Amino acid sequence: MSVTAVKESSMVNTASTNGQMPRYEMHGKKATRFGFGEGLVVLGERYDNVVALGGDITGSVMTSYFKEKFPDRFFSMGITEATATLVATGLALSGHIPFFATYGAFASCRNTDMIRISMAYNDANVKIGGGHAGISVGEDGATHQALEEIAIIRVMPNMTLVVPCDFNEAKKATIAVGEYYGPCYIRFGRSDVPSFTHEDTPFEIGKAQTFKDGNDAAVIACGPMVWEALVAAYELEAEGINVRVLNMATIKPLDRAAIVKAASECGAIVTAEEHQITAGLGGAVAEVLAQEHPAPVEFIGVKDTFGGSGKPDELMEFFGLTSKDVKAAVKRAIARKR
Amino acid sequence: MARLTHKTYPLATGFHGSSRPTPSPELMAKYGYADFKPFSNSADHSDAALLEIAQSIRRDIIRELVEAKSGHSGGPLGSADIFATLYFGGFMRYDVNNPWWEGRDRFVLSAGHMCPVLYATLANAGFFPKSELLTLRKFNSRLQGHPGRDMGLPGIESSTGSLGQGLGIAVGMALADKLVDKNDRRVFSLTGDGEISEGEIWEAAMIAAHWELDNLCMIVDRNNCQIDGRTEDVMKLNPVGDKFKAFNFHVIECNGNSIAELRHAFAEAREVKGRPTCIVAETYMGRGVSFMEDDYRWHGKPPTPEQAEVALTELV
Ligand SMILES: [Mg+2]
Repeated sequence: MSVTAVKESSMVNTASTNGQMPRYEMHGKKATRFGFGEGLVVLGERYDNVVALGGDITGSVMTSYFKEKFPDRFFSMGITEATATLVATGLALSGHIPFFATYGAFASCRNTDMIRISMAYNDANVKIGGGHAGISVGEDGATHQALEEIAIIRVMPNMTLVVPCDFNEAKKATIAVGEYYGPCYIRFGRSDVPSFTHEDTPFEIGKAQTFKDGNDAAVIACGPMVWEALVAAYELEAEGINVRVLNMATIKPLDRAAIVKAASECGAIVTAEEHQITAGLGGAVAEVLAQEHPAPVEFIGVKDTFGGSGKPDELMEFFGLTSKDVKAAVKRAIARKR
Repeated sequence: MARLTHKTYPLATGFHGSSRPTPSPELMAKYGYADFKPFSNSADHSDAALLEIAQSIRRDIIRELVEAKSGHSGGPLGSADIFATLYFGGFMRYDVNNPWWEGRDRFVLSAGHMCPVLYATLANAGFFPKSELLTLRKFNSRLQGHPGRDMGLPGIESSTGSLGQGLGIAVGMALADKLVDKNDRRVFSLTGDGEISEGEIWEAAMIAAHWELDNLCMIVDRNNCQIDGRTEDVMKLNPVGDKFKAFNFHVIECNGNSIAELRHAFAEAREVKGRPTCIVAETYMGRGVSFMEDDYRWHGKPPTPEQAEVALTELV
């Protein structure tokens, strides 16, 4: 199968928005990085050409699971994020499926040139795991709170970018990314976040999923902000406001059709991400709507500032990344409808 | 357990939809390309025969560049002896009729801007017709200004051009061969000397030595020149060999414009066990063309048609 054919067949729409929407409930909390670690082990069990590279923080980005299980296919690179990405490219060009994970701040920002020339321009089948996404990293502070990966990765041709919303989805997304041809980046977080999807919740690269129906406004969210959007939407239901919630787990390739459909059926959009709004999910959605279906858009995300030390919860509150903020944004967006 | 494979060679995603550029019949006739018979790759070639191939590569570099009207002259001419020895002296395994053959040895040109010498080498080996050399840097040419894997040119293993990156990719290939697939393929990578200022070179060197990648042979084209001047004025690099020794490489310093010395170097590298090899090949930029030799101002420009004519008469 050609590379193009693989890409296209991976994008067939099987998700259905018809029928009864299940109501999502929180069933515990777990960080998405554990889903990445477990998904990588599943891939290792399935395919003997899946290999992993370590960047010294394997116990933090959970490549340690793979290292323990498959020591012969794990290679320490020391603290050399940029060159680990190049080595991964060489492995991919030799027919392997290398995963390299480190903190997103380094996986994306330090590696931008490597990702551009060696990984993306080569269309090399490299998988980068970017941990410690967003300000929910907490105490480590701004240097380690990655807020730029969506902006950096989505501007690169050939790249695929996935931002799973909870533990189960992170595991499924990791497996999907491993089985999908092409250079990919998967973004996951350090701190425990609500688990609410199930093992059988469908996941497909390139397809948004409707987690709640509604026609008064639509929240398009990724990562842990999907849960905040659901909480906001369920609370607004009590006020008689029906909000659609889209889980935009794949930022690239972006499900443009789902965005246009949401804008045309709901007339008002809110985007929510634990990332800079500029050139992030919010920017991506606004680009689509400006061209295909102009609608009022409100943005939830980090507003052109660095993060800082603190407890994850107090940071999320300070930076305006809670369900309360989503609710207020929905009302603002609806008020702007003509 | 299964192996998840995708067809990854050749890529052709960089083709922008219209036709490939083609040189005129007059140009083909001028350079005698229609009658060209590729050179063979054999340990039996004499030094004189390899030198003849190196000169053929040099003439093609001049033709590529004068037709492209842009590109790098100095490094490609200076390193032609290295390429002739590596590709035609029996040190690399490849099959021009099956360029993506699994068992092939790999070559990664870390100094991507030196691609005119790689393209000329590949054409002299018969990977593609020499006429294509005359399309260097033209719209839709497979011979991009810096190597682009997206063009699917046989013999181009990786896109390169951002200095310092190719060696890391070569290390990944060597790691794949030695430690994952456990085969006997060898990986070669050539860097410029100015290029080794890049930090990724030293990260890659550390990783190659840590994993004892004795199937990796890197070559530093030590011409003491880079685009802004003499390397030791721009950034002191000496002692180059000692630096790689300190990184646990097996280091071979040789005259990179001597076929005999290069042969010894590549033969020695093949026998090294437990550590990667770095050949520090002392070359003259612009070698073989009197007005270019050892002059850093020829790093990044092509000859004029008049200069090209003189150069071609000198390169016999
Ligand atoms: Mg130089």
